[in-house]
Amino acid sequence: MSRTAGEAPDRLAGLPRTALLLAVLGSLFVTLPLAGLLLEVPWPRLPRLLTSSSSLAALWLSLRTSLAATALCVLLGVPLALTLARARLPGVRILRTLVLLPLVLPPVVSGFALLSTLGRTGLLGGRLEAAGFSLAFSTTAVILAQAFVAMPFLVLSLEGAARTAGNRYETVAATLGARPHTVLIRVTLPLLLPALGTGTALAFARCLGEFGATLTFAGSLQGVTRTLPLEIYLQRETDPAAALALSVLLLAVAAVIVLLTYRRRS
Amino acid sequence: MTRAVRPEAGRETAARPAAPPALVQALALVTVIAACSAEPAEPDRQELTVFVAASLADVAEQVSEQTGLDVTISAAGSSDLVSQVVSGAPADVLVTADEATMARAEEEGVVEEPRPVAVNHPALVVPAGNPAGITGLDDSLHDARLVICAPQVPCGAAAHELANLAGVDLQPVSEEPDVTDVLGSVTSGQADAGVVYDSDVLRGGADLERVEVPEASEVTNIYPAALVAGTDHDEAAEAWLDALTGRSGREALADAGFGVP
Repeated sequence: MSRTAGEAPDRLAGLPRTALLLAVLGSLFVTLPLAGLLLEVPWPRLPRLLTSSSSLAALWLSLRTSLAATALCVLLGVPLALTLARARLPGVRILRTLVLLPLVLPPVVSGFALLSTLGRTGLLGGRLEAAGFSLAFSTTAVILAQAFVAMPFLVLSLEGAARTAGNRYETVAATLGARPHTVLIRVTLPLLLPALGTGTALAFARCLGEFGATLTFAGSLQGVTRTLPLEIYLQRETDPAAALALSVLLLAVAAVIVLLTYRRRS
Repeated sequence: MTRAVRPEAGRETAARPAAPPALVQALALVTVIAACSAEPAEPDRQELTVFVAASLADVAEQVSEQTGLDVTISAAGSSDLVSQVVSGAPADVLVTADEATMARAEEEGVVEEPRPVAVNHPALVVPAGNPAGITGLDDSLHDARLVICAPQVPCGAAAHELANLAGVDLQPVSEEPDVTDVLGSVTSGQADAGVVYDSDVLRGGADLERVEVPEASEVTNIYPAALVAGTDHDEAAEAWLDALTGRSGREALADAGFGVP
């Protein structure tokens, strides 16, 4: 690289300056409110606020439910994404639209949908209730609400990657005599591992931040259904400082997830 | 504007798609909105902005019609309203659902002369048909799914005060952040019982039944109203408050299930 006129366009990767200017505006639009939040936080009181029993209960519950919900997303979402990407079945396009719908639905609508189906008087919930299983106001309900809204994130990431990768290697493996199960485990999944990582991290982050569907479907009780976002919302009523402290905690966890996910890429 | 984000003519024009016009539209929209909000209100029209606790929204609407003023009503949870007024939201009148939140606004110096305008009492409600056979704040609640508000919000504080008077220890399956969430849990049949306010019983309609609790009348929740300090519309604001505390206002309150102080 010479230090002549060619340098600036290289650094900008050929982007026009206007794009750069808008990019700066765009980054400020996202980062300034975060900076504003950090400035408001009562830092000296932070350790005490974060270690109160209600905060710890909410944090622990959020981590537990988010992990369980993410596991559920992976278990069901990976086969679903591969089917959507590869299978030549009628109705796949409609199915994709339906499966990705929770991505754009307001979470409270997702909560209503779950309530109408799995609630006490719902389509399946009524039968479950009769059989002695009750989901209403349980930690299981929290996990289901999180998995419902988070699964599309995993499906979307993985399906795109599966489509781009094509199925050349799978075809070769099959002609060499590998059974579908072996091809999936030994060829497809290793190829899609980076996308699976990103999708899983995104799903986990979405689970951690879930609020509307959880409140609508699962309720809010300390240690049972009151996750970190619900605790933040409630604390805001009486102790805005505590709400800010918990917000920082959620922000920190989210930042770690994003860093871990995208570090390998660059 | 579209030209600016396009690559220079002759360089890779075919390879690169043009910038999405949606972005440009969004930017234009932001500019327009910013310009609109900067415009001052017309000074000679009697405009009034009333911030009112969500449960009083319908009553506020009726009262506003009677005054003939051009009233904008913003209904939300009381603590949200106070936070907004403290942050400089353009309100002329503030009505909260309890005295504690109004006291917060008073401490911040953003309101003048709060006065009580309505009272509400807690009410024990069950889904239509009372499937769990609740008979009151008593042992019948023992195995039932009870939903109340969290103690941090006024309706939760009222529920606990009521339970203390009745000598019962409440074991809720959920403590919601808002009385509307409690109402929803009961009307949808998810919960066997809930503690809401008198004024909510009418809102629940046919999906809801009230179970009498004798002590309920002893637990009173007062709704105070106040002028927002520094309002430019104090005459209109006083007129609106007079309408709310006058005969027609009291009738509207009573129709909605509120008491008057």
